[in-house]
Amino acid sequence: MTLENIKSEMEANVPGCVLEIVGNPSPSGQHSLRIDPAHAVAIATFLRDAEHLRFDYCSNVTGIDWPGKEISEKVKAKKLVDGAEQEVEEIRKTQTIGHLEVVYHLYSMEKKHGPVILRMRTEDRAEGVHLPSLTHVWRSADFQEREIFDLYGVIFDGHPDLRRILMWDGFQDHPMRKDYVEPDDYEYEPTAHDQVLERARQHRTVMGAQ
Amino acid sequence: MDEHLKTELRKQGIVATTLQELYNWGRKNSLWPLNFGLACCAIEMIAASMARYDMARFGAEVFRPSPRQADLMIVAGTVTKKMAPQVVRLYNQMAEPKYVISMGACAISGGPFKQGYNVLKGIDRYIPVDVYIPGCPPRPEALIDALMTLQKLIDKQSLTGADRPRHLQAEAPSEFIVPRFGAHDLEPPQNPEVWDAPLVNISLAGTDDAGKH
Amino acid sequence: MIAATEPVRILSKSPTDDGEGQFLEVSMGPQHPSTHGVFRMDVVLDGERIVKLKPVFGYLHRNHEKIAENETYLGSMPYTDRLDYFCSLTNNWAYALAVEKLAGIQVPERAEYIRIITAELTRFQNHAALIGFLTQDMGASGTPLMYAFRERETILDLFESLTGARMMCNYMRFGGCRVDLPAGWLDHAKQFAATLPRFLDEFERLLATNEILMARTQGVGVLSKEFAVNAGVTGPILRASGVNYDLRKVDKYGIYDRFAFKIPLGEHGDTYDRYMVRLLEMRESLNILNQALKDIPDGPIVDPKTKIRGFKPKPGEAYGRIEAPKGELGFYLISDGTPNPYRYRVRSSCMMNLTVLEELCIGRNVADVVVILGSIDIVMGEVDR
Repeated sequence: MTLENIKSEMEANVPGCVLEIVGNPSPSGQHSLRIDPAHAVAIATFLRDAEHLRFDYCSNVTGIDWPGKEISEKVKAKKLVDGAEQEVEEIRKTQTIGHLEVVYHLYSMEKKHGPVILRMRTEDRAEGVHLPSLTHVWRSADFQEREIFDLYGVIFDGHPDLRRILMWDGFQDHPMRKDYVEPDDYEYEPTAHDQVLERARQHRTVMGAQ
Repeated sequence: MDEHLKTELRKQGIVATTLQELYNWGRKNSLWPLNFGLACCAIEMIAASMARYDMARFGAEVFRPSPRQADLMIVAGTVTKKMAPQVVRLYNQMAEPKYVISMGACAISGGPFKQGYNVLKGIDRYIPVDVYIPGCPPRPEALIDALMTLQKLIDKQSLTGADRPRHLQAEAPSEFIVPRFGAHDLEPPQNPEVWDAPLVNISLAGTDDAGKH
Repeated sequence: MIAATEPVRILSKSPTDDGEGQFLEVSMGPQHPSTHGVFRMDVVLDGERIVKLKPVFGYLHRNHEKIAENETYLGSMPYTDRLDYFCSLTNNWAYALAVEKLAGIQVPERAEYIRIITAELTRFQNHAALIGFLTQDMGASGTPLMYAFRERETILDLFESLTGARMMCNYMRFGGCRVDLPAGWLDHAKQFAATLPRFLDEFERLLATNEILMARTQGVGVLSKEFAVNAGVTGPILRASGVNYDLRKVDKYGIYDRFAFKIPLGEHGDTYDRYMVRLLEMRESLNILNQALKDIPDGPIVDPKTKIRGFKPKPGEAYGRIEAPKGELGFYLISDGTPNPYRYRVRSSCMMNLTVLEELCIGRNVADVVVILGSIDIVMGEVDR
């Protein structure tokens, strides 16, 4: 059973769903299917319950952070240079928004096939981080979705118990994001010199500067 | 008392000793560790108490699950920031005299995980440590060596005088600040009464001040 | 024993409660002799009966995934040792398998045999130690654990002479293994394997029909087939519930299809079945081990085409999984063509297996929680990562 077949079956059985096959150029050949969050629960239920698919086992759920990138492209523009119009190359910079992605690896314990890989994207990384929870379809997503909420900050709507799982409750950051900066913890420097020595001095509390 | 005379007396079945020796002898040979494992090193700690390495030979096999009954805390494994308040609280709950062995690279400095955002870079930021064991994880023999080192340290302690151990000094602290969970980090990130950022100035290397802190 | 985190609270009577008295909320752990590490359970009790149980973890969250994203592919190998620190060699294998999928690397035959030998030895010592800990939690103070650790020490000696370390072996490489077997190692291993049937018989005779063990485990913590599958439970716990799903048979990774072995399955899904499945799996491990020790061919131990330094897989992603002693251990890697993985994810078997803990414990007594947790077989290094 190929991913194309599964895709067309899903399109036939879940009306209105938007699916896209994401190719994987690596030798593993594990291609995945991007699904739209609005139909995620329906798609998941179909995959789990369809008689010949029976993806009853959701093995791995994980988040990925794709921060916004600065894309610079060379654009030819016409400009007035010394009174005459000339064609000049300009570098135009655009900033993409970035998004968070959640990946589900599905297998079938009954039919012993798999994996089918589902991906979902959030709108951005700040406000639009809501995705539907698939915990009610596969209970195994419970802790893993909590972990993604904790470390990436994706909010899973419909999750029964969405709390932090690895960090403590009062913690405010999402440390697995690529732009997370951890608090400054001084470490012992065996041969401190120059800037490192200066940094070490700033952390010293008892002795003054030597 | 003269060592020679003591040996001679012992041959005759007479034991002559001082109160200090008796006191230290009792304490060093019945160190009851806290039954408390954090990570990988705890497995080596268990292995050390099993038949092959047999920590019982040193009087330290009675692992107590309650800190109230324990003398020795073996910090065996990575102390994370989420776990650090509990470790300090357990230390505070132990009765004096109490000792700490910091077992493994993680408990000393964060070890291989020192880059981690949730890893405390050494338990000595919050509680005083008596013996450090390097290794990842240290072998059971290393733990036994640390135990013997601790026993030697206890043996040297004097009952009176300015250098008497902490538990005999009324004014010395027995409990330390338990850090609180903050929004980004533990508060405070280290206890300045216990830990001071060590500094080795390379320009002073070789002089007496080089390793001072 | 109890405490260390939050005070014991008495909750007001809940409207759904039909019994007498009040509920008591107890925090078991993170320092508790039976929680196998820094694991905590928030338990709500009605007398001795469990009404609610919430696992709390993260006390050993050492940021393995974040560190690995800033580390080279090979640089993460020693960290995988410290995931499930009982079974470093199977962790190595799972990671190596994922990278081999990502980069399309072949493994020479001898290396596959060495991997299977070490993995089955790992499985053996893990199950032995687990049964020791489980019975210790039930009050068999010391003896079974001592027996288990006696065998474990011998296996660790074999690991040490092969890899240089007792626990943190850091042995497997992408496309093979780090070093070849030292002279005489196979003979030692064969001699040792010949003594194992005696140990297994002794271990089984010591415990399997023990009245206390049976009373405390039979019918305790029954896990149904459907719930186990839906909750993503894997490994011996899943098979104790009667689901025939072992990745050694399903995925046939490595060269497991060359070996004849059986998959023990449970019938009731209770704690006793989980104990028994492990005991039988040890026999099957020994079976595989004997076949592998007999058939191991000569040859290279690492694929000569693999680059060790400057290893940069092409952009793409891969999910590789193996049947670790505790269940399915998977690694999900995304490469962006640089020497560091863009995303490095560990699918931990222990953490998934904990999903069912609350359902197994509700309605049981406090003392049963300890036994049920023991039979789930968690290692905090892998739960929290």
